[in-house]
Amino acid sequence: MTHSIRVTVNGQEHARAVEPRQTLADFLREDLDLTGTHVGCEHGVCGACTVLLDDEPVRACLMLAVQADGHRITTIEGVAPADGGLHPIQEAFWARHGLQCGYCTPGIVMSTCAFLRERPQPSREEIREMLAGHLCRCTGYHFIVEAIEAAARALAPPPPRRP
Amino acid sequence: MGAKYFGASVRRREDPRYLRGEGRFVDDIKLPGMLHAAFVRSPYAHARITAIRTEPARALPGVAHVYTFADLERWMKPLPLFGAIPPGLSARVAVTMRQVGQLAMCRDEVRHVGEIVAMVLAGSRALAEDAAERVQVDYEPLPVLADVIAAAQPDAPVLYPEWGDNIALSFRTGFGDAEAGLREAHVRVRERFTIPRYVGMPIETRGVIAQWDPRDGTLTSWNGTQVVHFVQQGLVAALGLPPHKIRVIAPDVGGGFGTKANGYPEDLLIPAAAIASRRPVKWIEDRREHMMGSAHARAQVHDIEIGARRDGTMLAVRDRIWVDLGAYNSWGIVLPYNTVAHLLGPHRVPSLDVECLGVVTTKTPNAPYRGAGRPETVFAMDRIVDRLARALGMDPADLRRRNYLTEADMPYELHIPYRDGNPLVYDSGDFRAGLEAALAAVDYPALRAEQARLREQGIHRGIGISGYVEGTAIGPYEGATVRLDPSGHAVVATGACCQGQGHETSFAQIAADALGIPLEWVTVVGGDTAAIPFGVGTFASRSAVNAGSSIHEASGRVRDKIVAAAAALLEASPADIEVSDGAVSVRGAPGSATPLAAVIRAATPTFARPGVTELDFEATVYHHQPTVTYTSAVHVAVVDVDTGTGAVTLRRYLVAHDCGKIINPVIVEGQIHGGVAQGVGGGLLEEMVYDEQAQLLTGTFMDYLVPTAMELPDIETVHLEYPSPRNPLGMKGIGEGGAISPPAAIANAVEDALASFGAKVTRTPLGPSVVLGLLGES
Repeated sequence: MTHSIRVTVNGQEHARAVEPRQTLADFLREDLDLTGTHVGCEHGVCGACTVLLDDEPVRACLMLAVQADGHRITTIEGVAPADGGLHPIQEAFWARHGLQCGYCTPGIVMSTCAFLRERPQPSREEIREMLAGHLCRCTGYHFIVEAIEAAARALAPPPPRRP
Repeated sequence: MGAKYFGASVRRREDPRYLRGEGRFVDDIKLPGMLHAAFVRSPYAHARITAIRTEPARALPGVAHVYTFADLERWMKPLPLFGAIPPGLSARVAVTMRQVGQLAMCRDEVRHVGEIVAMVLAGSRALAEDAAERVQVDYEPLPVLADVIAAAQPDAPVLYPEWGDNIALSFRTGFGDAEAGLREAHVRVRERFTIPRYVGMPIETRGVIAQWDPRDGTLTSWNGTQVVHFVQQGLVAALGLPPHKIRVIAPDVGGGFGTKANGYPEDLLIPAAAIASRRPVKWIEDRREHMMGSAHARAQVHDIEIGARRDGTMLAVRDRIWVDLGAYNSWGIVLPYNTVAHLLGPHRVPSLDVECLGVVTTKTPNAPYRGAGRPETVFAMDRIVDRLARALGMDPADLRRRNYLTEADMPYELHIPYRDGNPLVYDSGDFRAGLEAALAAVDYPALRAEQARLREQGIHRGIGISGYVEGTAIGPYEGATVRLDPSGHAVVATGACCQGQGHETSFAQIAADALGIPLEWVTVVGGDTAAIPFGVGTFASRSAVNAGSSIHEASGRVRDKIVAAAAALLEASPADIEVSDGAVSVRGAPGSATPLAAVIRAATPTFARPGVTELDFEATVYHHQPTVTYTSAVHVAVVDVDTGTGAVTLRRYLVAHDCGKIINPVIVEGQIHGGVAQGVGGGLLEEMVYDEQAQLLTGTFMDYLVPTAMELPDIETVHLEYPSPRNPLGMKGIGEGGAISPPAAIANAVEDALASFGAKVTRTPLGPSVVLGLLGES
């Protein structure tokens, strides 16, 4: 038995038939070949599979593909600009050594996208609190915190020009 | 040769692909016609299998095969064993050792929860898991061994009847007269310390894909491993194929930490299933399987005693150690002997007497994890040193000052062999200078003054110090092949695999400098047995020194070939040829600058008359590391303990360390941060808990707690640099170090914070209930 769903992923519309038990993470990875969304625990703790659903971060392992029907999804593959460069958040992670093995990174980048939109000038404490929704086993988080601070600075609107 | 890249914080070249979601991990690989595997695993710690009924699973539509031991018997040779005793060690230490190789699939007996009993292959992972649940296994429970001390008793039930007891390994070693030292001591303190089971827990679980090509009888396996050549050797032994017919590839690997350096049943079962089924087979471990089926670590008990003069001068250390090996002694001498060799660390102690027992239990096998015996032994030593300080009425920093070795003592021999059988001689360093650097960086006197002020306000702040000396970069070798392509760009192939340490950057830094080409011209290939025939792998803080030295030497030989070709082409003396930025020139003749590609073209017979030199711009070096290099560090932890809730808050964490010459400072700092985070996990949060039936109670991330960004402070680092004389670039290993001291530093800090309660910290993790228990006991 399958259900028909229609989703927009990284700006592209897809109509697919999915099994009701298939997770959103498996749908993205297996049916759409978007393997940048990683699966770390399949029980909603590690945050590696985080994607944006209508711009809000969700755990793709805790959501079924059928629940995404009619929604707009952004995955790590949809973050960088089309010109081949990196998004300022990705650039900051690169510049500040905010990743090592890169497995948890896509999920953290997705959460950071949503976080900085909501809190453009976060304190270090707020950054750590947001990051607590993700497990990284390589970095000790220190450089990730610095990367997010740097990204916030890069994304800040330029100061108003003096008349 | 100028060092243009060595020592620079070059941005990592692998990062853009990870940041775009373009990494390729095992689970990202799909092959046409691929089947998916799921395993039936034992729910019992120890049991006899009396019957397996697979028909209900086979009956499920979409199921291709169900295999038990009998179906795959022709390949079911015991898994490879590690940790043989090198001759140099056995000549000086009498070790009794027993090892039984695990069968990849249980034949008639299971020895830990999670051991594999049957395998299902189906068209999807979900189907395979559904079918695995339908396999019916009858078990007859057997006696369990849940506690390491109890398992070592003579009346304990025996796991391997042919042994007569559960002692898989035992030895006693030392130097000097510890008995006399303890007798002469003015002060003696003794305690039993327990280091729990805690584990590497990479965020990417393990995974294996295998494909059998009947055309040329070749097996290819993608495996998220730290040791492709070891996996290949295991397959050679089991499948009876020559190594060049078995290609093992570790693609991008999402963290390893030692957990993925172990040999596993699935390394063989997935390839065997691919051959048996004639279909590509994929298996991706789930987190629950990882918790019970991937190697555990640590798990030691120490009965340690130290004696000193009234002025704090240490005279003797005596220790009796139990290592809980789990169900199989797969790693032989490695963990027990590492533990013993690193016990004294930075301290000058004239006598040592240590006895070590490796004991099998009915739990998941124990394997090296970041530090591999060192965090355990440093916990015991630094805890007993703090107790000694208290007994003497000395500040723990002053007691360490009195006993830490200095640069004037180097090279310093500890009169026991190292684990590789060579004399244990510290090559360079100044441990007291490291201590002073750490104390200065935290402003230790100010911390103590603040502690006293806070105590008056009812805030229980504690300061803990821990120091270690770590044998890194164990050999015997790691190799590198360096070769130029026709454009003069270079490929560097090595057996050192990468799990996030930045090899594609730091190895390229070494090669680019030695070749005289831009960094961007270097491609590093690791984790592919087809790229280089001999290899060891990445673990034991060994890749920078072993692979890095080979890359440096091989690149130098290729550069010599470039110089010879350029000298012939430009009709100059080789001594006058310079290679820089991918071009050659004759010294003092700027107009002679010739691109490397032109030099290579001129050596090609077809193009250049007979060819000016041989068309050979390739070299392979297997650098032999004579023995380990000694990295060292001093860690300082500052904690606040809430005596109402038992919560421990880590306020500050500082590391002053020496890892010799540094290739890439920011990568080194990242390694330290990550190691510290794992050590903090061991100190405050992490434990694999078993009940008295040896049933695993921590099977999810809700039970096994890994530190988040909220449990960790910023990690401060101070770099000291004492180059090693044991390799051409003066490097030492750094991968593991960060994880060694945090449990000891944190435990020392917590006991310090609770000194007024007389609390005694004897084990970790120091979660709230444990801390409240400490207060209740006092």
